[in-house]
Amino acid sequence: MTEPVEVTLTVNGRAYPLRLEPRRTLLDALREECGLTGTHMGCEHGVCGACTVLLDGEPVRSCLIFAVQVEGSAIRTIEGLAEGDQLTPLQRAFAAHHGVQCGFCTPGFLMLATGIIESEPDIAEADLLDALSANLCRCTGYQGIVAAVRAALAEIRKERRR
Amino acid sequence: MKPAAFTYHRPATVDQAAGLLAELASQDGRVLAGGQSLVPIMAFRLARPAHLIDINRVTGLDGLSMRDGQLRIRARVRHAAFHRPVEDGPLGALLATVVRHIAHYPVRLRGTFCGSLAHADPAAEWCLVAATLDAELVAISTRGERILAACDFFHGAMQTALLPDELLAEARLPLVPAGTRFGFAEFSRRTGDYAMAMALAVLRIEGGVISAPRLGIGGAEATPRRLAVAEAVLTGERPGEAVFRATADAAAAAIDPLIDGQTDARYRRELVGAMVYRALIHAAAQETRA
Repeated sequence: MTEPVEVTLTVNGRAYPLRLEPRRTLLDALREECGLTGTHMGCEHGVCGACTVLLDGEPVRSCLIFAVQVEGSAIRTIEGLAEGDQLTPLQRAFAAHHGVQCGFCTPGFLMLATGIIESEPDIAEADLLDALSANLCRCTGYQGIVAAVRAALAEIRKERRR
Repeated sequence: MKPAAFTYHRPATVDQAAGLLAELASQDGRVLAGGQSLVPIMAFRLARPAHLIDINRVTGLDGLSMRDGQLRIRARVRHAAFHRPVEDGPLGALLATVVRHIAHYPVRLRGTFCGSLAHADPAAEWCLVAATLDAELVAISTRGERILAACDFFHGAMQTALLPDELLAEARLPLVPAGTRFGFAEFSRRTGDYAMAMALAVLRIEGGVISAPRLGIGGAEATPRRLAVAEAVLTGERPGEAVFRATADAAAAAIDPLIDGQTDARYRRELVGAMVYRALIHAAAQETRA
């Protein structure tokens, strides 16, 4: 049974019925079977965070999960953030605060930060920095990334008080 | 790289999981829990299990409970469960302190406490906690249940007392009495990276002197352990820099240091001494609720 198995992935609300080998990672399945190449492949062993996606709302390394494991779970990827041309507050903040340089780490950072913002909107500053340290930016553009996430959090908190 | 081919199994119950392990252990079958250590070594082809038994949907392996003065941690409990204290006493605070040193946030959301023990990386924080607190570890198989003491559990780097067909179903940590102090210190080159040395000190100060000290070190030898010779230096002494320095020196001298390309024996001993000293300083400075 290393033979291909039937798996249905639910990605950004859409069902993808697939046939794949159990050894296929979620990352490879997203990119190569679903055609969702916005999730980037970096180190392929869980160090860089470029492949971060949301699994039932939690940011995870998609290179460290096999696609067969996530049947029935809700996957969100970078393609699922904006609605049409309408960017999320976090995406707008990345643009405004120069959180993007070469762009390779950006999808991973956006999904990591989206997971943090949605689950812990009142996260303490130290915990935020600790959580964001999970992903690598080879341009070393961390200041802009951190500023963007702080700005998005501030906007969301302000919105909530209204 | 891509992991080698394997056959995937997803048991729904503990009995099914034990049955699959009994059948497949001899055919290079392994348990998959959080996968945050196993999947990377599969990607490097350092591990090529022919069968993976995924316990992530096994009912009866989830949850934390308190019984008979022990915190019972089932096999599916993830590191992130300890981000906030799981109980009001010193143990909850200790676990919430240590968990921050484990890898990074997304890895903590996925990796499991028991998986870390079963993997037995010398640099694993939970292995140090289990050894320092004398945890009990519950192994199950189709033959039944076996309870192992932490001091008998770790046999070497990535080696444990678990038999190939056994599943580590639960870890039991003794609750730590109110008024007990702890300190933890770890050295690694980057945030979230593997520990090059770490120390966990758990002690009481009664009548101005140290009592019932536990001092564990990890990341420095093939397995984590308590250092009786260093604990003996502390017992009955007034806490202070001199006795902490003497304890650190005793610990540094007592270890059988791991050596790698960047770390020779002398450097590892110095790191152990520094971590023991810091852990003791943290413990002594800690506010306690008597």
